[in-house]
Amino acid sequence: MQALSLRQLCKTYKNGVQALKGIDLDVEEGDFFALLGPNGAGKSTAIGIVSSLVNKTSGTVEVFGHSIDTDLEAAKSCLGVVPQEINFNQFEKVSTILLNQAGFYGIPRTIARERMEYWLNQLQLWDKREAISRSLSGGMKRRLMIARALIHEPQLLILDEPTAGVDIEVRRSMWEFLRRINDQGTTIILTTHYLEEAETLCRHIAIIDEGRIIENDRMSTVLRKLHTETFVLNLRAPLRAPISLPGYGMAMVDDTTIEVEVNKEQNLNDIFAALSSVGGEVVSMRNKANRLEELFMRLVEGRDVASGQPAAGPSDAKPAAAQQVGA
Amino acid sequence: MNAVPPARTRGSHAEVTTADRMRNARRVGFATIVIREFSRIMRIWGQTLVPPVITATLYFIIFGNLIGGRIGQMGGYSYLQYIAPGLIMMSVITNSYGNVVSSFFGAKFGRHIEELLVSPLPNWLIVLGYVAGGVLRGLLVGLIVTIIALFFTHLHVEHWFVVIAAVLLTSVVFSLGGFVNAVFAKNFDQITFVPTFILTPMTYLGGVFYSISMLPEWAQTVSKANPILYMVNAFRYGFLGHADVDVGFSFTIMVVFVLALFAACVMLMNRGTGIRE
Repeated sequence: MQALSLRQLCKTYKNGVQALKGIDLDVEEGDFFALLGPNGAGKSTAIGIVSSLVNKTSGTVEVFGHSIDTDLEAAKSCLGVVPQEINFNQFEKVSTILLNQAGFYGIPRTIARERMEYWLNQLQLWDKREAISRSLSGGMKRRLMIARALIHEPQLLILDEPTAGVDIEVRRSMWEFLRRINDQGTTIILTTHYLEEAETLCRHIAIIDEGRIIENDRMSTVLRKLHTETFVLNLRAPLRAPISLPGYGMAMVDDTTIEVEVNKEQNLNDIFAALSSVGGEVVSMRNKANRLEELFMRLVEGRDVASGQPAAGPSDAKPAAAQQVGA
Repeated sequence: MNAVPPARTRGSHAEVTTADRMRNARRVGFATIVIREFSRIMRIWGQTLVPPVITATLYFIIFGNLIGGRIGQMGGYSYLQYIAPGLIMMSVITNSYGNVVSSFFGAKFGRHIEELLVSPLPNWLIVLGYVAGGVLRGLLVGLIVTIIALFFTHLHVEHWFVVIAAVLLTSVVFSLGGFVNAVFAKNFDQITFVPTFILTPMTYLGGVFYSISMLPEWAQTVSKANPILYMVNAFRYGFLGHADVDVGFSFTIMVVFVLALFAACVMLMNRGTGIRE
């Protein structure tokens, strides 16, 4: 069963901007799906259309087989949405917001109260149930929006950048929470700018850019397409002499830091050997960006990741251009 | 965050048909909007209930006691008895309109209208919910102003049904009007423009303070283009048994306005005017 199915979905705004140029997308029931893209790529427009906050220009949308054109009420009943920006009444109490939302989904008050208690406890907000929502911290407001989206226990939960602006501890606990409700059967679609978040949580990924889907596959398959990784090596002391290593992209960031670009056919041993020959001692090493971030940048910059050709890294430093670096 | 038991097991619904479930869901959804609107009216009572009380009291003191005594009788009744139904209706009109326009625009401005838009509630029910809120406030304020009027004069009701039908229909008309205003409004200026520059002059010229029989022929003709005249007169007829216009025609006007405005509101919601891009 498809939790979500988009076919030839187009959106042209009144100002002429074509936000979606005919996207096709399928999300399987039970999946944890990442929808990524740079700002203005069309992610929020797509989510807005699915959740009835944006009118589509053409195309079809089905949520668990219910078309939003012919069976909108059933489609909406299957859906819970956590938007990017705060959109609850900031003058209302936490409990009122949840009870009202349950009511809008036709859930009687007695059942709504049980669910409110349950989800507020799950999201560690029970103590705040009588607080005016405006007084909550940023992280609490995000969790309140998640509780609100779950109060009618939807089959499909869409989260638009749910962890934006929350501290790392809250973010990690939200990840755990989302993973658990996904394990219990709720299909989740997530948009995020934290690519580590998508790589950690999601099994499938679609990348949208300029209104088109440019990548859509299993996360592991997509990551395998990454032919080049950039490593940052920290040296104990500056090099005694310049090193030259044909075929490798290298750039000195400062006296004791080198960025090296390594593709699948190359290995780090050659680099360590070359560094040793000029007295370089590597004390630590890390990926410059997480793998998904690296792939994402290459895709949206229009690089051919499948060709295996060295490509520029995500920063302004372009090691591929410099094969010989000086000390 | 805590452990999560299997989803969709908490407080599950009893076995019912899809049609029953949908009907129940709509009933609960409608009741939720009405309760929310009523809570809003009571939460901000200083803005919703107190100002009309002060305004009505001033009207009764100044126009009723101070000036009214010098005006003498109008249509066979004391001036205070004559204007009391008009003042009650004026409060109903401004408060029904004001409640919906400020509540719906506030929801748009604060973006919590999205809570309703993503829910499975049909658009016509959302419109009905807001209108019910407007009617509630209109009737509540109307009742308070009626009680204040009783401190100043005796109010005799000639036709109860006419009074109730006229006040209800008028309240619905202006609640729907407030909804249309809120849908199109892009800022707070635009929700005060219509009440200030259109609604207030129309109400004052709608026979609240005078009988149009006092006006010259051309002014009477112009006055008859004002729908508020028919509403005020129908309401006044219910109290005094006297009206400047045909009461049956007044009710026809009100019903036509209700149907036309309701259709317009639902169409605007379906198109997403002012609320969906």
